[in-house]
Amino acid sequence: MSGAQALIEALERQNAKVIFGIIGGAILPVYDVLYDAKIRHILSKHEQCAAHAADGYARASGKPGICMATSGPGATNLVTGIANAYMDSSPVIAFTGQVSTYTPNSSYAIGKDAFQEADIIGITTPITKYNYQVAVAAEIPKAVMMAFHIATTGRPGPVLIDLPKNVQSDTAEMEFSDEVELRGYKPTYDPHPLQVKKAAELLVGAERPVILAGGGVTSSNAFEELLELAELLMAPVATTLMGKSCFPENHPLSLGNIGMHGTREANQLILEADVLLTVGTRFSDRSTGRLDTFCPDAKIIHIDIDSAEIGKNVDVDVPIVADAKRTLKAICELVIKQLKKREDSVWFKRVKEVKEQLQNNTMPAEEGKNLKPQTLLKELRKILPEEAIVTTEVGQNQMWAALHYKALKPRTFISSGGLGTMGFGFPASLGAKVACPDRTVVDIAGDGSFIMTEQELACSVIENIPVTVIVLNNSMLGMVAQWQRLFYNRRYSAVKLGSTPDFVKLAEAYGAHGIRIGSIDEFVKAVKGAIKSEVTTVIDVPISPEENVFPIIPPGRGLDEVVIG
Amino acid sequence: MANESSHIIAAIVEHKPGVLYSVANLFRRRGFNIDSISVGPIEQGDLARMTITVKGDEKTVEQVVKQLNKLIDVVKVSRLDPAKTVTREMALVKVHVPDTKARSDIINYVDVFRGRVVDVSQETLMVEITGGSDKIDAFIDLIKPFGVKELARTGITALSRGSKSVRIEE
Repeated sequence: MSGAQALIEALERQNAKVIFGIIGGAILPVYDVLYDAKIRHILSKHEQCAAHAADGYARASGKPGICMATSGPGATNLVTGIANAYMDSSPVIAFTGQVSTYTPNSSYAIGKDAFQEADIIGITTPITKYNYQVAVAAEIPKAVMMAFHIATTGRPGPVLIDLPKNVQSDTAEMEFSDEVELRGYKPTYDPHPLQVKKAAELLVGAERPVILAGGGVTSSNAFEELLELAELLMAPVATTLMGKSCFPENHPLSLGNIGMHGTREANQLILEADVLLTVGTRFSDRSTGRLDTFCPDAKIIHIDIDSAEIGKNVDVDVPIVADAKRTLKAICELVIKQLKKREDSVWFKRVKEVKEQLQNNTMPAEEGKNLKPQTLLKELRKILPEEAIVTTEVGQNQMWAALHYKALKPRTFISSGGLGTMGFGFPASLGAKVACPDRTVVDIAGDGSFIMTEQELACSVIENIPVTVIVLNNSMLGMVAQWQRLFYNRRYSAVKLGSTPDFVKLAEAYGAHGIRIGSIDEFVKAVKGAIKSEVTTVIDVPISPEENVFPIIPPGRGLDEVVIG
Repeated sequence: MANESSHIIAAIVEHKPGVLYSVANLFRRRGFNIDSISVGPIEQGDLARMTITVKGDEKTVEQVVKQLNKLIDVVKVSRLDPAKTVTREMALVKVHVPDTKARSDIINYVDVFRGRVVDVSQETLMVEITGGSDKIDAFIDLIKPFGVKELARTGITALSRGSKSVRIEE
C-alpha cells in the first residue's frame, strides 16, 4: 500500500467525510487516491479559505475539520487559517505536500531549496498544537492517528502533518491501530475533588455569584451543565466572544458578552460579583480590560483544561485543571445538596433591574435616513430559525453581531476571536454549511472583510454550498475608522475603501445572487428569500460610514470605564 | 525586573529532530530569557535531557514550566532547587602565553582551580575547567590579563542530590 493510500484509509478510519483543499505538484499522489475515495473534496479557491472552512466545519460540528494544500505557497497560504484555529483552540488538521526527502537528482529534495519548498514545520511550530513531518511511508497511519488524537483532545488545536512527495508514493507494510500512546501528552479530564469542594462551597456561600463562560464550554460541550449550575445558583452568565452561543441569550440569567464591546449589563454586573466562576476562558485583554480593576474583590474560581492558562493573566483563588463538562457536573452535584433554588434572591432582583435599565439603551437614536446595522441584526434574529448558524467577519460587523444578534443554541455563533482574522467569516460559513447542510448559515460581513475572501463565492456556487452573506457596507474599514474617530482626531488614514466593488455585480459574476437593499422591509424580504435560495446570496446593505459600535471600553481601560457614545 | 533570579529547569524530552527547535521557539515567542541550555541523550530509550537556566521572577518561571509541559514532545519538566542540586559546567579556554613566566603563572592557576591543560603550543595553552558557573567566571577573570584567544562553555548541566530523580517511570 502506498503512503497516499494509507493516508486516505487512515482518514476514512477516523470517519473523515470532507477535505477542504487545493491540489498542487507535491501533493499529487494523495489527490490521485482521493479521486476514487468516498471522502468529499471541496476545492477552495485559496488555501487560507480551505483552512478557515475546515475551522468553520469544526466549530459548527464539534468534529475535526480537515484541510490540504501542496508544498511551498500552498502550505504558507494555510498559515493565517492555522494561526486563527490555534488562537481559538479549534481542531483543524492540515495536510501539506512537501518536496521529497530524496530524489535520484538530489537537487530536488528537502533542504536544497527545491521548487516550491518551504519549511512549513518551522513556520507553523508556534501556531500549531503539534506538527510533524512524516519520514517514511510506514509512519503515515500512526501520524494520522496522532493528529486526530492531539487536535481533538485536551485543549483542542490545529495539527499539521507534512508529507514529502516520495513518502506519499512509496509503498510499505501498513499497520493501522486504534491506540495512540504519547508519553508527553496526557490531558487531565477529571477535576480534583478537593478543588471541586472548595468551588462549590464558595458558590453556595456567594451573595453575588457571576459565571463567565468562554470557548472552553463549547469545546467540551458543557452547555447543559452550565445551564443547570447557573439556574441552581441563580447566577447570571456572561460570555466572552468565544463563549457566545454556549448559553441561551434569551435566558433571564444571560448577560451577553463582557469586554471591550460587551453589553453594559455584563460589564457592570461582573464587577459587582463577590464570587466569579470562570469556565474555559483565558482572560484575554479584550475580555477583561485593565487587569487591576477586573473584579479585584471577587473570589475567582477558574476551570480550564490547560494548566498554563491558570494564573497566566489573572491570579485566581480556586484553580481547577480539568474538563469543563465534568467539572461543572461535579460542582452541580455538590451544590444541589446544599442549596435551594433562590429565584427571589436580592442578587437576582438586582440582575433583572440592571438588565432592564441598561439593556436597550445601547441602541442608536431612531432611524434617520440611514439603515442602522443594530436594528437590522435584531430583525435578523426574528427571521432566522433558532438553530441557524451565524458566522462573522472581523471589525464593526462582528461587534454589532455580538451585541445585537442573540445566539440561542450551542455552536450557532462562529467568529474569529483571538486572531481577529478579517475574511474568516465567509469561508467559515461554507465549512459550517457543509457540516450542517440542513441548517441556515449566514455570514455577517463588512465590505472590507468580505473583499479579502470573496473569491470563495466560486467555491460556494460550484460545490453547491448555499449560504447568505450580509455585507454591512460602509465603504470603510469601519472599526479602524471608529478608532481614528475616537482616538486619532478623525484622521482617516488608509481606511476609505470607496464604493467598489459593486457587490451585486460581483455576486452575479460568480453565478451567485446579489441584491442591494435600501430599507428594513427590503432587508427582511431579501433575507427570507436568501435563506430559501439554493444558491448563495450576497445582500449588500449600505450603512453610514459614521456609524460606531457602542458601548466601548477604550483600549487599556477597565470594564468600569464604558463609553456609550 | 524585580525579584529576577536564576532558575534551573530539567526537561525530559523525546530525542528526535525538531524538539530543541520547539523549545527554543517557545522561549523566544513568550519572551522568556534563556541563560543557558544543554542537551544530551539519557539512558532511557529515545529520550534526552535538557538543562535550562532561565532568569525571571517566580510567576515567569512557573509559566515557563507550564508552557514547556504543554509541548507534546516534552515528557517531563521539573524545577531543581538550587540548594539541593549539583550543577556543573565545563569550559575550554585557549589562553595566550606571551612568555615562560606567564606560562608557569597560568599553570599555577589551573592547578588551584583543579583544571587541566589539554593542549599546548608555542604561544597558547588550552585549559579544561569544570565546576559551578561562578568558579568558571572567576577563572576566566583571572586569566583575562594574559589574553583569552578562544572560549567555549557548555552551559549548566545539573542533577538533584540524593535519591530523588527526574526520570520517566517505565
